[in-house]
Amino acid sequence: MAFITATWNPLGEAFYRKSELYEMCWSIRDGLRDSLVAAAPYGGPIALLREPHRRSPSSRPQLEIYSASGVSITSFPWKSGPVVQLGWTVSDELLCVQEDGSVLIYDLFGSFKRHFSMGQEVVQNQVLEAKVFHSPYGTGVAIVTGSFRFTLATNIDDLKLRRLPEVPGLQGKPPCWVVLTQDRQTKVLLSTGPELYILDNTSCTAVCPPGLSPQAGSVVHMSVSFSYKYLALFTDTGHLWTGSSHLQEKLSEVDTKKSTPPKQMVWCRRPKSQQPSVVLMWDKLLMVAGVCNDTIQFPIEDPCVLVGELDGVRIISSTNQELLQEVPLVCQDIFKIASMAPGALLLEAHREYEKSSQKADEYLREIKEQSMLGEAVRQCVEAAGHEYDTNTQKSLLRAASFGKCFLTDFSPDPFVSTCRELRVLNAVRESSVGLPLTHTQFKQMTLQVLIDRLVYRQFYPLAIEICRYLKIPDYQGVSRVLKHWASCKVQQKDLSDEAIARAVCVKVGDSPGVSYSHIAAKAYECGRTELAIKLLDFEARSGEQVPLLLKMKRSQLALSKAVESGDTDLVYTVVTYLKNEMNRGDFFMTLRNQPVALSLYRQFCKLQEQETLKDLYNQDDDHQELANYYVTASYREKRLESRLSLLQSAVDEYNKAKNEFAAKATEDEMRLLRFQRKLDDEKGAGLLGLSLQATMEALLALGLHKQAEQLYRDFRVPDKRYWWLKLKSLAEKEEWEELEKFSKSKKSPIGYLAFVEVCMKCNNKYEAKKYVSKVTPEQKVKAHLAISDLEGAADAAIERKNESEMGVVLSRCSVSDRLLIDRLNRARASAAKK
Amino acid sequence: MAHSARRRDCPELPDFSLLKRLARDQLIYLLEQLPGKKDLFIEADLMSPLDRIANVSTLKQHEVDKLYKVEHKPVVSTSDQLCFLIRPRIQTVKWICDVANADKAAGKFRRYKIIFTPQKFYACEAVLEEQGIFGDVTTDEWAFNLLPLDDDIISLELPEFFRDNFLAGDQRWVRTAGSALHLLHSLYGPFSKIYGIGRCSKMAYESWREQVEEGEQRTHQAEIGKVFLIDRDVDFVTPLCSQVVYEGLVDDIFRIKCGCVEFGPEVTSSDKSMKVMLNSQDKVFNEIRNEHFSNVFGFLSQKARNLQTAYDKRRGMDIKQMKTFVSEELKGLKQEHRLLSLHIGASESIMKKKTKQDFQELLKTEHSLLEGFEIRECISFIEEHINRQVSMIESLRLLCLLSITENGLLPKDFRSLKAQYLQSYGVDHLLTFANLRQLGLLVEQQPGETLTVMESKVGKLVNDKTAGKLTDAFSSLAKKSNFRALSRKLNLVPKSDEEYDLRVPRDMAYIFSGAYVPLSCKLIEQVLDRDGWTGLEEVTRLLNGHEFAVSGSTGGDSKTKSDAQRIILVMFLGGCTFSEISALRFLGRERGYKFIVVTTAITNSSRLLEALLDNHA
Repeated sequence: MAFITATWNPLGEAFYRKSELYEMCWSIRDGLRDSLVAAAPYGGPIALLREPHRRSPSSRPQLEIYSASGVSITSFPWKSGPVVQLGWTVSDELLCVQEDGSVLIYDLFGSFKRHFSMGQEVVQNQVLEAKVFHSPYGTGVAIVTGSFRFTLATNIDDLKLRRLPEVPGLQGKPPCWVVLTQDRQTKVLLSTGPELYILDNTSCTAVCPPGLSPQAGSVVHMSVSFSYKYLALFTDTGHLWTGSSHLQEKLSEVDTKKSTPPKQMVWCRRPKSQQPSVVLMWDKLLMVAGVCNDTIQFPIEDPCVLVGELDGVRIISSTNQELLQEVPLVCQDIFKIASMAPGALLLEAHREYEKSSQKADEYLREIKEQSMLGEAVRQCVEAAGHEYDTNTQKSLLRAASFGKCFLTDFSPDPFVSTCRELRVLNAVRESSVGLPLTHTQFKQMTLQVLIDRLVYRQFYPLAIEICRYLKIPDYQGVSRVLKHWASCKVQQKDLSDEAIARAVCVKVGDSPGVSYSHIAAKAYECGRTELAIKLLDFEARSGEQVPLLLKMKRSQLALSKAVESGDTDLVYTVVTYLKNEMNRGDFFMTLRNQPVALSLYRQFCKLQEQETLKDLYNQDDDHQELANYYVTASYREKRLESRLSLLQSAVDEYNKAKNEFAAKATEDEMRLLRFQRKLDDEKGAGLLGLSLQATMEALLALGLHKQAEQLYRDFRVPDKRYWWLKLKSLAEKEEWEELEKFSKSKKSPIGYLAFVEVCMKCNNKYEAKKYVSKVTPEQKVKAHLAISDLEGAADAAIERKNESEMGVVLSRCSVSDRLLIDRLNRARASAAKK
Repeated sequence: MAHSARRRDCPELPDFSLLKRLARDQLIYLLEQLPGKKDLFIEADLMSPLDRIANVSTLKQHEVDKLYKVEHKPVVSTSDQLCFLIRPRIQTVKWICDVANADKAAGKFRRYKIIFTPQKFYACEAVLEEQGIFGDVTTDEWAFNLLPLDDDIISLELPEFFRDNFLAGDQRWVRTAGSALHLLHSLYGPFSKIYGIGRCSKMAYESWREQVEEGEQRTHQAEIGKVFLIDRDVDFVTPLCSQVVYEGLVDDIFRIKCGCVEFGPEVTSSDKSMKVMLNSQDKVFNEIRNEHFSNVFGFLSQKARNLQTAYDKRRGMDIKQMKTFVSEELKGLKQEHRLLSLHIGASESIMKKKTKQDFQELLKTEHSLLEGFEIRECISFIEEHINRQVSMIESLRLLCLLSITENGLLPKDFRSLKAQYLQSYGVDHLLTFANLRQLGLLVEQQPGETLTVMESKVGKLVNDKTAGKLTDAFSSLAKKSNFRALSRKLNLVPKSDEEYDLRVPRDMAYIFSGAYVPLSCKLIEQVLDRDGWTGLEEVTRLLNGHEFAVSGSTGGDSKTKSDAQRIILVMFLGGCTFSEISALRFLGRERGYKFIVVTTAITNSSRLLEALLDNHA
């Protein structure tokens, strides 16, 4: 414990420490010499291209990808053109910028994803130098070409190439340049030697860093901090200028007393840094230069690569990897020799307590007297987060836990979450996993992204363990991992469809939020249609299966699944799709087997495509519906001839459908239409389109009795109907003589009560009376009552000895009909006796 | 009064005004999605339902400038933002396309928004795409599924449900019904038991289950215990009978629209017609709505006498008493007075139409058909009815009633009656007949043997789940009504020799003058009594199956909340009549239940048949 500070180096107010992260698992023969190296921040992977300039086709350079701990992920010979620069995107994809300006993108496992070009102009002029940078917009690429022009793309996922303006007087490759992201703009800062310029979209502006000593010389190296806030410039006289990247203020100027430019120069800061500093690397020397004029110098043996991180610098050599960072203030407070900070006292107290020494109490008392126990616990917890060594973590956390016992009302949350997070971090820092994340980086990156990265590296079991351990809701946690796992599983070419489907089903089961259709889509993408169909069978919601089935051209299956889902929109989607995909015949045949889809399509056709409807019925030999279709169509037709021809088609179809009744009815209609047309022409009767009954009514009203008679015979109108019709018509026209004649023409099929009632309706009691005598005995009473002849009604009722009829008559009598009432009552009484 | 509650322990109904608030809030939210002044175009048949949710001033508050009806004609609006509130119908969408295209041709730039209610269909969007204006309009959905018409009636206001689902075999509304059920379940559930009969009911049930599984589960105190789903095509007889209960009669004669009726001058005894809301808020109406019409006059005159007595109290009052009378009672009395005179007017108007001899004979014929007596006389009555052109719809109704009760018409009658009907009303009714036949409402009797063979075949198919979906082709055959057998099994037609006192109804048959217990309501009664379909196997076979009874997810505590368990939600898919609602209210009072009726629309014989007409008048 006491040696923790042994690795600390003071620099002004702050301390810097270099701690080992890994002994690298790789064995690289020639070290990192002659290689292009790219290592991603946040403990990302390392890409290595050996001897990129070796051009002979017999020995191609080898591209190797390692985890941060040096575990080989993949390696393959580089077959494309000469590579200028390697770089990683924010989503762990490898960018290889070639001399001809094309950029190839590979995934972590070395499989080619896609490529893009930095512009036509580059093909001739070649790329002199390229840089991969990260900005809030994603990952970008900037190049300088053989014609000394800059081109950049801010986001490679949304590629927009921008060619920056020419730099005046630039006659060769600029000695150094960086990409800056400022004010939501991406710019290039470059040095032409004596001058510094800022290049933005439209202009090239000369700039001068404030306070740079005139004797400092020209800038030969520059570096911008992780957050793009700070800039470091190294001049040919060995001066190091640091300041804000806006070039508005200066932090310091240090004379490094080195005349050669460093091989690499990286900012080493942390959030809330006490002293921003820059790490410079030469062949044998590593130097940390801060705001004060001090420097720390480390000798180095191997060629190294510096990787700037959010809170430090990783130093990768061929044998090991170290993290150089400013010691966090809280760690300083605790571990600084003779520190009296509450955290330090608490740690000491706990140490004594473990030794069963009463000194523990003294320390504790001392903290309590200052009422700093809460602060002490907080410090220990925070410091634990910053420590990389698990033993240190443990002792700090134990101290915190010890101190917590003496506190009431102290929220345990920070303690618990730090314990959990450290456990996760320790797990991913394992050499076999190789994600050397600091707690600060982890917080910045978020747990979601960490899980994504683990999943991307195919550490599925670990990812699931972490999700379960941190109790992440299934939807965002375990299910998501399983989904990725399954998508990856279906790509395993060496396993049979059967085995994969089973494996997926067993693991995934019915975890919420895992969509089998999604997995199946992946399988289909890999060309495994059969597997996709097997997987789709596990999908519980049939609606989800449909889009993929369509994509796989299993349209029949898609249709039946859509129907099963009960979602008509989905059915309709499939129907529309089928309609465009298939020829008409097949399409109709398919529909025929799916009544639900068929009726849906019919509904649509009725409103949108009448003609299709006809074809549909034709195909099905549905003569009945076809005939109905023609009938409907005939009513839309204005011209009689076309109407008749449509009706004729209907008749033919009805006959085919063996619907004689309808055929006959339609024929009658045609006959009637012709008849009406004739009369309309001759007499202008305006009959066309009326029903038979209405036609006869109209004819009678017009006095065309003969024609009405003709219809009555031709169309076999029932006698009753005709008699009613004629009776009403004559009465309405008050042709009483004609009516009487008609009544005598033969025995009325509707009886004579109807005559009485109709006459009364026309208020002609006189005529009505004429027919009363002809009424059958059963209706006599009614007839008399109809003409309000109470006497007659009473006579008839009494004659028929019918009690209920007498009752009816009685109910119509008023008080004044005393005599009649008595008579009826008497008759009723005598009828009742019998 | 006859309808004083027989059991006093009927539970309280849940408060459904929440549904209105939900719908209104959602509509306002949607309107606000189109900021600025806009003109609102409303589909004609959405106007009344909309009026019940949000009145004009509410709409104006949310920057609706002018209101129009959606019609197929050029718009006169000058607003640069047009919002359309429509049902998802292809026809209407095409009209809107015409509007947009006309604007385009005229170089006018406007913003269009279509709000589909209760949901949008892909087919509608396909039309927008086809007409090339998909990019010019924004679309939204207003999930206005349920409109409470009264304390115990909730309507989906989807009259087209009946034709689309049962005639065209288009199941697009099934999901809507499922969503409606889902909404009720999440607000007033969880349901402890779900019963149902009919293919559509089953599908709606399944759709609802799916939605329950997808969504999150919330448990709260159930306010509705049991649910009964029933397809309209399970029972066509009931809606085809003439209604003789007051509310049903008012609907038959004046047509109640969205809980509101327009009484003409002959009722209001003034020269103006008047729109009246008919619901339980109307105290007079509330007491007579479920009464057989023969009792209504007696009740109303008693009421009038009481009112007079109340007015007469004024005599002999001192000033102070008079003051309290005026401030407390007079307003109520006046209101009651107004309502009373309206209902008396309506009753008189009904009397004029319905107590004529023709109506008595019509009822007699209906009763004979239900009983199965004197069928020949009935046929000649119908014949005369057709010949004299009494009423197009009425004749059709009698034909259908004859066909269903008699299990089809004899070939000879079938032909001659149809021929006469065509002569009377035009040959285009051939298509109407085709529709009626497809629904099994008007069919020819099949020779005995083939019928049973077909029946057993279809029966087998129906049991098979997948084949169940193929039965459409057989539907007209499968929909054999079996009314006579059902009537015997369930004792639907009470013995006619006993006198039925309509003032003291003893069963649900009172709603048809004691001649017939509505099949739909009888099924509900039986299933609730038996807590399932056991013992009704023969009945369900005669009804072509598709029955189900499922216990809800929450088992244990449901028993304890006995009050909610006696609140029963009955959902009619394809519409229900006011008579059925009256019958259920009666059943509720008898058994201590409270029924909530959810229906796709209120229907009656005219609406039912008009939906099936295909003449091009």
